[in-house]
Amino acid sequence: MVVIFDLLAQGMQMAMVLLLAPLLTGLVRKIKARLLRRQGPSVIQPYRDLLRLLRKEVVLAENASWLFRVTPYLIFAVTWVAVSLIPTFATGLMFSWTADLIVIVALLGSARFFLALAGMDIGTSFGGIGSSREAMIATLAEPAMLLTIFTLALVAGSTQLSTIADVMISSHVGLRVSLGMALIALIMVAIAENARIPVDNPATHLELTMVHEAMVLEYSGRHLAMIELAAFLKLLLYISLIACIFVPWQLAVLGTGATAHILGMIAYLAKLAVGGVFLALFETATAKMRVFRVPEFLGAALMLGMLATLLLFVSRSL
Amino acid sequence: MTPVALVLWCIAALVAISVLAVTISRSPGATPIIYGASLSASAAVFVVVLLQLVTPAASGLLPALVLPVGLPWLGAHFRLDALAAFFLVVINLGGAAASLYGLGYGRHETAPQRLLPFFPVFLAGMNLVVLAADAFTFLLSWEFMSLASWGLVMTHHRERDNRKAAYIYLVMASFGTFALLLAFGLLAGTSGSYDFATMRTAGHAPAVSALVLILMLIGAGSKAGLVPLHVWLPLAHPAAPSHVSALMSGVMTKVAVYGFIRVVFDLLGEPAWWSGMIVLLLGGVTAVVGILHALMEQDLKRLLAYSTIENIGVIFVSLGLALAFEANAMNLAAALALAAALFHVLNHSFFKSLLFFGAGAVLTATGERDMDKLGGLIHRMPLTSFAFLVGSVAISALPPFNGFVSEWLAFQAILQSPDLPQWGLKIMVPAVGGLLALSAALAAACFVKAFGVTFLGRPRTLAAQLAKEVDRFSLSAMFVLAALCLLAGILPGIAIDALAPVTLTLVGGRMPVQTSAPWLSIVPIAEGRSSYNGLLVLLFTAFAASLAAYMVHRLASRALRRAPAWDCGFPDLSPQTQYTSASFAQPIRRVFGTLLFQAKETVEMPAPGDPKPARFTLELRDLIWGGLYEPIAGAVWFAAERLNHLQFLTIRRYLSLVFLALVFLLLVLAIWS
Amino acid sequence: MSGGITFDIAHLLAGGLVLVSFMMLYQDRLYSLLNMFALHSLVLTLSVAWQAYVQHAPHLYVTAAIALGFKAIIIPVALHRMIRRLGIHREIETVVGIGPTMFVGMGLVALSMVVMLRVTQAADPLAREDLAFALAVLLLGLLVMVTRRNAVSQIVGFMSLENGLVLAATGAKGMPLVVEISVAFSILIAFIVIGVFLFRIRERFDTVDVRALDDFKGKRRR
Repeated sequence: MVVIFDLLAQGMQMAMVLLLAPLLTGLVRKIKARLLRRQGPSVIQPYRDLLRLLRKEVVLAENASWLFRVTPYLIFAVTWVAVSLIPTFATGLMFSWTADLIVIVALLGSARFFLALAGMDIGTSFGGIGSSREAMIATLAEPAMLLTIFTLALVAGSTQLSTIADVMISSHVGLRVSLGMALIALIMVAIAENARIPVDNPATHLELTMVHEAMVLEYSGRHLAMIELAAFLKLLLYISLIACIFVPWQLAVLGTGATAHILGMIAYLAKLAVGGVFLALFETATAKMRVFRVPEFLGAALMLGMLATLLLFVSRSL
Repeated sequence: MTPVALVLWCIAALVAISVLAVTISRSPGATPIIYGASLSASAAVFVVVLLQLVTPAASGLLPALVLPVGLPWLGAHFRLDALAAFFLVVINLGGAAASLYGLGYGRHETAPQRLLPFFPVFLAGMNLVVLAADAFTFLLSWEFMSLASWGLVMTHHRERDNRKAAYIYLVMASFGTFALLLAFGLLAGTSGSYDFATMRTAGHAPAVSALVLILMLIGAGSKAGLVPLHVWLPLAHPAAPSHVSALMSGVMTKVAVYGFIRVVFDLLGEPAWWSGMIVLLLGGVTAVVGILHALMEQDLKRLLAYSTIENIGVIFVSLGLALAFEANAMNLAAALALAAALFHVLNHSFFKSLLFFGAGAVLTATGERDMDKLGGLIHRMPLTSFAFLVGSVAISALPPFNGFVSEWLAFQAILQSPDLPQWGLKIMVPAVGGLLALSAALAAACFVKAFGVTFLGRPRTLAAQLAKEVDRFSLSAMFVLAALCLLAGILPGIAIDALAPVTLTLVGGRMPVQTSAPWLSIVPIAEGRSSYNGLLVLLFTAFAASLAAYMVHRLASRALRRAPAWDCGFPDLSPQTQYTSASFAQPIRRVFGTLLFQAKETVEMPAPGDPKPARFTLELRDLIWGGLYEPIAGAVWFAAERLNHLQFLTIRRYLSLVFLALVFLLLVLAIWS
Repeated sequence: MSGGITFDIAHLLAGGLVLVSFMMLYQDRLYSLLNMFALHSLVLTLSVAWQAYVQHAPHLYVTAAIALGFKAIIIPVALHRMIRRLGIHREIETVVGIGPTMFVGMGLVALSMVVMLRVTQAADPLAREDLAFALAVLLLGLLVMVTRRNAVSQIVGFMSLENGLVLAATGAKGMPLVVEISVAFSILIAFIVIGVFLFRIRERFDTVDVRALDDFKGKRRR
């Protein structure tokens, strides 16, 4: 009986993130449009886009290989698995012990690995430009993320997300400079990883500065839909991750009854909305960087992660 | 018959095979016979030691087998303990795979008589090093292994670069052996006993321990490719035929790691805490420098060789952690770090051999090692490219393959380090953790480049256009290794449990029993802290991907049309416009290269109307080569010039030289005593 | 638990000061550097005020007020105006790139941690950490001065260095008010002198890049 309930909770989370992800992106787009005094598309426009793409036929480049066709499903699956391992409204989900935070980062790394390969598969220069820049961004974003994880793991004594969230809920963590630094570093990484302004522009095409869009330039139809959905999921993943670590309030512990779960769900939706609003505000307020400013931006995130880890190592011995 | 004797018989068989090879190597049937025989011998050793490793009796100390050869008062000692058994597994698995690959690849060899005699004897040498239980036998086998591999590097001796590579290799190998000789001399001490068992029980003064550690870092480190002693490796490994490159990169570097572990963890006794710090720093620097070099490379085999340097760095980081923990009596953490190092040894031997086999297959099919002349091979060589893809994913430390598991264990070991009391370590460990994370991310970029430029896109030359899939033996060797990469990635618990006797004898601790963990997940310390289950990750991903594909194809659209590439509306560009390896690495070069390589890009753009071609030149300098080796080489050259006069003396002067030397030595003796 | 909170907030503010020092290292525009400096002084003010509250030392409030008034408001505003009047090129020329500078900064922080925490084994944790952070801020200020060519950013580096000194002084529960005020005034005078100096450089060399001075000395051969 308990097993069935656990399975149900896990399945519900997986379905929920899938359904919520396009809405979150729609919300961010809407708010950005409103901030620019535009009407903007409806918040459910991403769903319509996905459906439209799914129904269209795929136009495949002549020399596309099997890797190109498999990659969209692979990226989607990997991102989906990663996001379903994150406690959204409740901790201690059934399969949360399958993978810790390092694994989640590595899973996202796999998705990026294959997307970069797919960018090079057709043999066009736009694909190459996207892949090589993505690789450069990743070489800095990943270590920054891992150092942030070190910080969290040192505070919580675990790399397991559920455990970290539990420790963060309990109040004896206190205010820590390291945690503040980790938060800033994590936000910077999240911005870079999700190809948001100022690192990349999610709304651009035909521009030499594009990174993510250049890689997926040759995709169309259902393949593009899968990649878009994976990108939506990734945004949701990072906001959920930040929410679950730094504002873990009202996270339900599994098996504590329906009320806690409903409360947790409402809190989660609120957190997502707040995260989306902040993202839109930030994106509207800043300008896109030159590509070669990005290493400095991410280098700063790396330094913050490093500094946070260092301070923790030191203050542990006080 | 004891297992040691069995293994020794197999080694003797390998030597016999190489004698046979000398006699028959010119006949056309020699290649399959020699490789077939090497394959069976390696497989036999593999089975014997694997049984030895998994049976619980292995943990006990077995008596050494003494053969009455070698130095008359010493004999040759051989012992098969858990550590040796583990490394024998690595060596013979790699050896068997290389032999299998050689069955097919060797047919394209132009000069089999230069290759076949050395191959079995190289395998025998590596086996003997691990089995040796006294310093004399160890050094002798070590030299044996070095010389055999030197002979293999010289296989294609008509190419100028290969001769240079072999020369540098020979110099570095002799230098390394010299350091090892001194290290063992110090270990033997005044008692002068070269038996490992005596060395182990004899106490060593701190100064001696420090000196031995440094000498081992030089001796074993130069063979393994630690920065700054790595310069020979990217020259020599690619110069050999590809299955030998696989052996040298995947296996011989591991023998060097074995030598380091044997002396520093086993013979030297309790380590000092700063020894961990030195090893950590060297490992971290090696990892990042190695992979950055690999990223700048456009020769596929040299890229792989540089990536070997990176992996050696990763292994040494874990070893340094293990030393630091052991010095502070944190046995569990030390066991975790050591297990991470050993597991990475195993994993690296899998995927590096696989990748070199893939590079060899590309070389056979196209005659090219230069990635910028390849491209689009995924259409012409689908099986090879699939195997190479598996290897690339595994070496990039991505789940659910094996490379990820060992890096994950290393990260878990790093997270144990705040409890270390020394300040130096407290600061050093997170810094090295950052380096490790950086090298992992760079490795992923590097292998996106390697696979993407070689196998994806459109063919850049006719050779790449006309490539054909390679033979079945080569393919089966690659696929066996690819399967092992996946298996070690999803069922790492079995391998980690098999490592328990090794960590128990060396650092006196072991990781928790993994096979009893639920659902075959692995647990470094305790389940509340961290756990990972590669099998479930694989199953979930496969399930989600097939579900998505099925749903989309079933419910939405499955229509598909082939059309020219879109590329933002630029039609029919030539394949030369594709990203090459240099252009792929350009952003990373700009971020990291200016500091490390002093990268200089110059663009010559002719004025409008001028028909001259535009030119882009890229200049990279290897600071280590320029700053360390060139001055040494210059000094040696200078000294040689001076000493050259000695060749033109009269007999009387020669005699007086000898006389003076004699008097000088007598004087020294007189003053000494 | 109040001890915990006390420590936490002091730790947060002192660590924040180090963080802002890093942000100053990262800036490549003069105006944003000045804003960062204002933020730096503001964090210092808060930190000193918190120490005053914790140590029940009313004279520290004066220190805080001085920091707020002079360093967080007057000096940044004055420098802003100066830049506008001098028409200085607003991008900062760095001697070495930002990346390596940050790396060196990391090393300096690690160094100051090791040195301070080792030396002050006996003191109470709050003071120890404050001292370690203060040394880090001081070294980072020096680093800003060393790696920038522009005289204005060198002044800012100097001021942030002084902020580190104040942090150390308040953490160590020492510094009498008189010393404090005299230090503050000497800083002010230094500031005025440097300001005049700046105008002079500018008049003579038409730039505030301090390389011009090297050329003038005739030491530099290029």
